[in-house]
Amino acid sequence: MNEREPVTKPSVSQIGASAPSGATEATSASSINPALLLENVSCWYGGFRAVREVSLAIPRNKVTALIGPSGCGKSTLLRSINRMNDLVPGFRLEGEIAFEGTSVHSRATDVIDLRRRVGMVFQKPNPFPKSIFENVAFGLRLLGETTGIDALVEESLRAAALWDEVKDKLDQPGLSLSGGQQQRLCIARAIAIRPEVILMDEPCSALDPKSTLQIEELMRKLIRDYTIVIVTHNMQQAARASDYTVFLTMGDDRAGYVVEQGETGKIFTAPQQQLTADYVSGRFG
Amino acid sequence: MAGVSTAHRPDSAATTRRGEALIEFLLRASAAIGIITTVGIVTVLLVEAIFFFAEVSPVDFFTGTRWSASILPYAFGVIPLITSTLMIAFIALVLAVPLGVLAAVWMSEFASQRVRSIIKPVLEILAGIPTIVYGFFAITVITPLLKATILPDLGTFSALSAGIVVGILVLPLVASLTEDALRAVPRGLREGSYALGATRWETVRRVLLPAALSGIAAAVILAMSRAVGETMAVVLAAGTNPQLTLNPTESVQTMTAFIVQISLGDTPTESIQFKALFAVGATLFAITFTLNLISAWLVARYRNVYE
Repeated sequence: MNEREPVTKPSVSQIGASAPSGATEATSASSINPALLLENVSCWYGGFRAVREVSLAIPRNKVTALIGPSGCGKSTLLRSINRMNDLVPGFRLEGEIAFEGTSVHSRATDVIDLRRRVGMVFQKPNPFPKSIFENVAFGLRLLGETTGIDALVEESLRAAALWDEVKDKLDQPGLSLSGGQQQRLCIARAIAIRPEVILMDEPCSALDPKSTLQIEELMRKLIRDYTIVIVTHNMQQAARASDYTVFLTMGDDRAGYVVEQGETGKIFTAPQQQLTADYVSGRFG
Repeated sequence: MAGVSTAHRPDSAATTRRGEALIEFLLRASAAIGIITTVGIVTVLLVEAIFFFAEVSPVDFFTGTRWSASILPYAFGVIPLITSTLMIAFIALVLAVPLGVLAAVWMSEFASQRVRSIIKPVLEILAGIPTIVYGFFAITVITPLLKATILPDLGTFSALSAGIVVGILVLPLVASLTEDALRAVPRGLREGSYALGATRWETVRRVLLPAALSGIAAAVILAMSRAVGETMAVVLAAGTNPQLTLNPTESVQTMTAFIVQISLGDTPTESIQFKALFAVGATLFAITFTLNLISAWLVARYRNVYE
């Protein structure tokens, strides 16, 4: 199970490490120094194990997609990275998640600082009941910024490809926008405080196809500055928008585990595992 | 077998339909009784009030600043009763709104599941105490306490004691409704705020309270309506001295206290005092009804935002 090198020396061979039967050869991860490193991560809700011994390296300035059937623990895993699961009573994590070499779940970790550096976009667009401007400015105001907010809001809205649509109505409620616009507003809100990583939890599942494509194009642009991890149910989306793909599924105990991971092209065209092949070809899940 | 059941079907279906009709009739009747009773009460209130206004002009009633129903010369200016009522309600809200909202924030966002499961029933018990006990509590505990500490000259009856005790009385209402409003804020908004690095208190202050504002406003108005209509606690604590004052240390008479005074006494049904009862009652009803309407409107508006 543990055929990889110690965490202290993260290497190219991370990707593929946790596959139960040595599924993928770790030829693909181009990142020498991954932004995020997950080692033997198991997640528990009370007595139920939702995720079993996942090890991953998330490469910098790339889009990494987590795919797999419903209930395989993709979202749980994603939400463990910025500790959103702290809010869930009974949640417990074993193993290690390191962000830029520092443990995410240790006592010493400042969770507020962590969440500022690892932003998140949720499944359902969740703009605050405030104006478009104040939604984007929210994180900046938390940081105590008082000057240059206007410029940063504009910059963030431009980066989220929303500026042209909202520049004349910044004082209108965020909730007055369409679903796709709301989601881009949430992306603008997340990037306004310049995180290093953006976690996206099925960001397009509530959106129409056109808005979905807009978000995907946006992701491709954002990786110049950010590392993106996206959970998606939509395999076409993973194929179109991601650089690396991690396929998880559920074991008999309903705990999710990684079957195979690697470059997206390889996962979709030449999967090493039968389970992966079945899933990406639509025969399962 | 199939034949038998087919043969029985029309018959049993008819029986079902008769049963259905009967049940529907009973349900209609039950609903109708509620509505008829309400309409009846309001009608009696208004008709009797009209008899009163045949003797006292509405202008004198609504603009008069002297109320004297038992001592000659009689005067029926309702303003002293209204101001006393509002003063007590105001004192009550000054106490109950901050405490109630903070208690709700704590219960909804900070307390653990276990602590909450203890505190909530305690609050509900507080809401279940008969209000006359609160009145008694005001005279025997609150007034002596105020006298012993900050207001040595305070009389036995005062608007202040009454306001404080009504505040304690409506506190559970404010806390419970505010907690409902906070819990109704979608989880996604909390997560969105936390994900941007907000602390719990920042999330409460910048996201949850603004999002729940109309629900909280509805809770406050409902509490005000309750405070305005509160009777026994106020009769015991504030006394029966109708006077136009904004000094909370004075004994005053609220609208409800006047109604109790007349209802309990041997006032003849033909007397002007007895008729005044209905005029005051109708005015009180108009005030609380308006408050409840505003509250319902706020709650409805609040729902529309997220559903």
